[in-house]
Amino acid sequence: MSHAAAFPTSPGAPARARGGFPVAARATGLSKVYGQGDTRVTALDSVSVEFRRAEFTAIMGPSGSGKSTLMHCMAGLDTISSGSTLIGDTELSTLNDKSLTRLRRDKIGFIFQAFNLLPTLTALENITLPMDIAGRKADAEWLDMVVNTVGLSGRLAHRPSQLSGGQQQRVAVARALTAKPEIIFADEPTGNLDSRSGAELLGFLRESVQALQQTIVMVTHDPVAASYADRVVFLADGRIVDEMREPTADAVLDRMKAFDAKGRTS
Amino acid sequence: MFRTALRNLLAHKTRLMMTALAVLLGTAFVSGTLIFSDSVGAAFRNKMSKSLDDVAVSVTPGAPSTEKEGARALDDRVVATLRALPGVASVRPSVGGVAVIADKQNNPAGSEWGSTGTNYVPGKDGKDSRYPIVKGRGPAAEGEIVLDEKTAAKTGTKIGGTVRLAIDGPVMTKKLVGIAETDDPRVSAGGSLALFDTATAQKLFGKPGEFSDLVVSAKPGTDQQKLTAEVRNVLPKTFEAQSGKQLAAEQSKMIDKETSSIRNTFLAFAGIALFVGVFIIANTFTMLIAQRSREIALLRAVGASRRQVVRSVLIEAGLLGLAASAAGLVLGLGVATGLRSVLNATGASLPDGPLVIEPASVLLALGVGVVVTVVAAWLPSRKAAKIAPVEALATVEAPPAVKSLVVRNTIGAVLTALGVAIMLYVTTLKDSGGLETAMAGAALTMAGVIVLAPLLSRPVVHLFARATGRLTGVSGKLAKENALRNPRRTAATASALMIGLSLITGLTVVAVSSNQGVEKMGQQDLTADYKVTSANFSGLSPDIAKTLAKEPGIAAAVPIRSVGFQSDGAPALVQATDPSAIGKVSYGRFVSGSATDIRNGTVAVSDEYARDHGLKIGSTLPMSFYDGKKAAPKVAAIYAKNDVYSSVLATFSLVDPHLDKVRDDEVLVKAAPGSAAELKDKIKETLGGNPLMKVQTPEELRRAEAGNIEDILYLMYGLLGMAVVIAVVGVVNTLAMSVFERTREIGMLRAIGLARREVKQMVRLESVMIAMFGAVLGVGVGIFLAWSGGHLVRSSFPQYEMVVPWARIAVFLLIALAVGVLAALWPARRASKLNVLESIGAQ
Repeated sequence: MSHAAAFPTSPGAPARARGGFPVAARATGLSKVYGQGDTRVTALDSVSVEFRRAEFTAIMGPSGSGKSTLMHCMAGLDTISSGSTLIGDTELSTLNDKSLTRLRRDKIGFIFQAFNLLPTLTALENITLPMDIAGRKADAEWLDMVVNTVGLSGRLAHRPSQLSGGQQQRVAVARALTAKPEIIFADEPTGNLDSRSGAELLGFLRESVQALQQTIVMVTHDPVAASYADRVVFLADGRIVDEMREPTADAVLDRMKAFDAKGRTS
Repeated sequence: MFRTALRNLLAHKTRLMMTALAVLLGTAFVSGTLIFSDSVGAAFRNKMSKSLDDVAVSVTPGAPSTEKEGARALDDRVVATLRALPGVASVRPSVGGVAVIADKQNNPAGSEWGSTGTNYVPGKDGKDSRYPIVKGRGPAAEGEIVLDEKTAAKTGTKIGGTVRLAIDGPVMTKKLVGIAETDDPRVSAGGSLALFDTATAQKLFGKPGEFSDLVVSAKPGTDQQKLTAEVRNVLPKTFEAQSGKQLAAEQSKMIDKETSSIRNTFLAFAGIALFVGVFIIANTFTMLIAQRSREIALLRAVGASRRQVVRSVLIEAGLLGLAASAAGLVLGLGVATGLRSVLNATGASLPDGPLVIEPASVLLALGVGVVVTVVAAWLPSRKAAKIAPVEALATVEAPPAVKSLVVRNTIGAVLTALGVAIMLYVTTLKDSGGLETAMAGAALTMAGVIVLAPLLSRPVVHLFARATGRLTGVSGKLAKENALRNPRRTAATASALMIGLSLITGLTVVAVSSNQGVEKMGQQDLTADYKVTSANFSGLSPDIAKTLAKEPGIAAAVPIRSVGFQSDGAPALVQATDPSAIGKVSYGRFVSGSATDIRNGTVAVSDEYARDHGLKIGSTLPMSFYDGKKAAPKVAAIYAKNDVYSSVLATFSLVDPHLDKVRDDEVLVKAAPGSAAELKDKIKETLGGNPLMKVQTPEELRRAEAGNIEDILYLMYGLLGMAVVIAVVGVVNTLAMSVFERTREIGMLRAIGLARREVKQMVRLESVMIAMFGAVLGVGVGIFLAWSGGHLVRSSFPQYEMVVPWARIAVFLLIALAVGVLAALWPARRASKLNVLESIGAQ
């Protein structure tokens, strides 16, 4: 990527994570409870976590651990039962639906597992959709750079049905990046991709953190995907149980196996 | 497969609700019409049979063609002969006709066809069982009259007071001596009843001593057939004798004919409504099958055959149709009741009676509902059969391949071109015989446009989006893309609306144009202030014009008489008038000569007639009249064809000898300067307050004509309204289905920052675009059909000139806009209320 030179950072530098980067999002004592009485389920139990700017964080955990719920609550897609969640300096629990929608539009980018794009719009129109919604014009230079970063130039006039699964997800990444959000939440972005396209996509996410200073939080259950992150947060039974910096796929896998064993014996 | 179909039906209850509603409304219309016509028929028959209860044999003088063979009249001798027959209980001799009673304003108190006058026939007890007297007594002397209660009230006369009436001549007065009741349907349907003693009635309606019909009642236990035969035996052949049963059967046939014509008209509109419903049903099943393609593929994978898949879809449609039309049947009862009150409110006075639900109506309504639904689901079911089993295994959700529209567009273009060509051919037709051709052309044009609609949707929606783009922003853009996403669906939804609107527009244009034509007709050539005519077309005594002419305040009262003749085998009408005065009451432009050139032995002819018959000033016009006599006047003047004069104008001396009775068709009255306003009452007064005399201003004449057209137009609006309502249900249906299909998209849009309000706006705009597309097509097709079909009207109505009522068409478009907004209310609300997370996770 030719733009990497413009942002002189070395991949996965430990100093960056510990350095004076401000916090992009933070949860304090965040709890999420579903149902009442007998059917009461605690999805998140007093979780406190910070996501720093220009950092790529993976949230891992077995199914039912609350990792998706955590992401949804922090992204303002779900309400919380207690605690607080901040995006930048905005406290989400004080916002009504309208302001939350605006916050999502202006400050948050999303990449879902599938069905990220409107089939009726071209790739370019999909990428600029959040800007269109906001009634803003996309910064042409930035748009150009993002499109190049994810390798989509030449495919911009195509409709989603004319793109491969990997290309569709890259359009989703480009859409999330173009609006320059405070933070991007990615929910199993490689879940529907073959391993080569998945690796490619994770490379782009990695690149956008390094080259474009983007903050990304990714929920995944794939240790290989998690290994692209700067930091992995492990969740089990609605609690943060561990954290790992500079993860490798093997280390993450070992850690997960340990939880599994523990979960089965306890 | 039956179970699968039933399960599917139950699982998609809410999604099928709108479709069911469309079928329900259509079948309610059908069953309502059937129940209504059966009930009205039964009520009429009931009334008839009551009035025929005591009729064993009815005797009438027979056809007038037998008159010449020295026919005998129905007189007292005939009555006596019949009375002497064994088995005869009584003979009721009656004589009657039209008797017009004057109300307080000297207008007819009853309808033109229902102003009944007849004789009162007291029995041994001094009472006539057919007309029970409720107040006062029966008529017994020449100066006495009995009326029904309603008519008496209209005249404002109490017993002992004076009633004014006219039979066919001058006004008469009689003393009201009683009030009678009757179940004569003509009277209850807005007519009036006047009873006289027999001698008076004979003088008024026939000749003294003669009756117009005899009603023979039989003794209990007498055979009607036999008695009728005996009556025939004792009477001369010229008389006609019919048994009561025969009469009842004949009247019943007449009632059937009448109710069936109402029924067929309504059924035609119900058919249109159901046809509109077909689009909605087809749309729904197409959408359901697309949504269910994986399930169907799974069924195929586990061994279901194509035929079984088709059958499953059709069974589902059949069950839906059955359930919806059963509900429609119930609603139909309400429709039938409503129709009666609506028609009664507009003055139809239909008899009361219980609702009659024939098993045939029930079966027909249910059958129609089921058949329409199944037929509409047939094409989609074939699509379902084409789903390959392998699609069940597909992991990635691939959007269904869009089938090319090339074939469809070609067919559509061919149909439209054919339809338009036929309609253009219709514009060249000279006579009004091309009605069938025009209807075929109109049907083809509409069918072609419906087939072409997917192709047309693109430019129309684009245009609309561009026009509103600045106002609607991103919601508008998304709505446009959604509307264009599935052109077939958008087209089918819009077509449903188009059908109703094109008919409404076409009828409106023709009606407004006709109205304008009628207005022109009166305005152009009549300069008289009043036109005096007789309400029963019996003509006016020549004295009337003379009396009026002497009246102060009247500048001219010009009588016009006419008689038919043939010249070279071509029939025409010659009018006789006062040549010196005709110019005062009408505008006649003479091309050569002038009105005063019309003298004994000369005539004036219209330029058109002169051209057609090769006449010039000085040529002879050979005339043969229908009394066998001939004349050969010279042409002395030629006038430009106008609306007041017929083809030939002559003096009274030419026309009068050929008239049975010298009567004026009309008298045109011109007021002296400054006295036009109060003249109307004065003319009526001069005419003795005769209720038969109609005094109308040109304005009133126009309104009488135009009023009819407007009334019919509003009735059509009402009947076509149902088709529009069903089309609106279709728009709601399409939007609701689309919102359901696009749940994940909407969730994603909400996640990346589309506000609820904007989601609502998006759905609403899509709705408006579909509705406007349908409206634009409908208005366009309607205007085209009205323009081309209008040429047929023109051939028999030269004043007809096409006028496009733009204001009214703008109202139609506004209504379509409102329809779009209204139809979107519920789907838009649903879309905006979707939970973001659940939507994203939805399958």
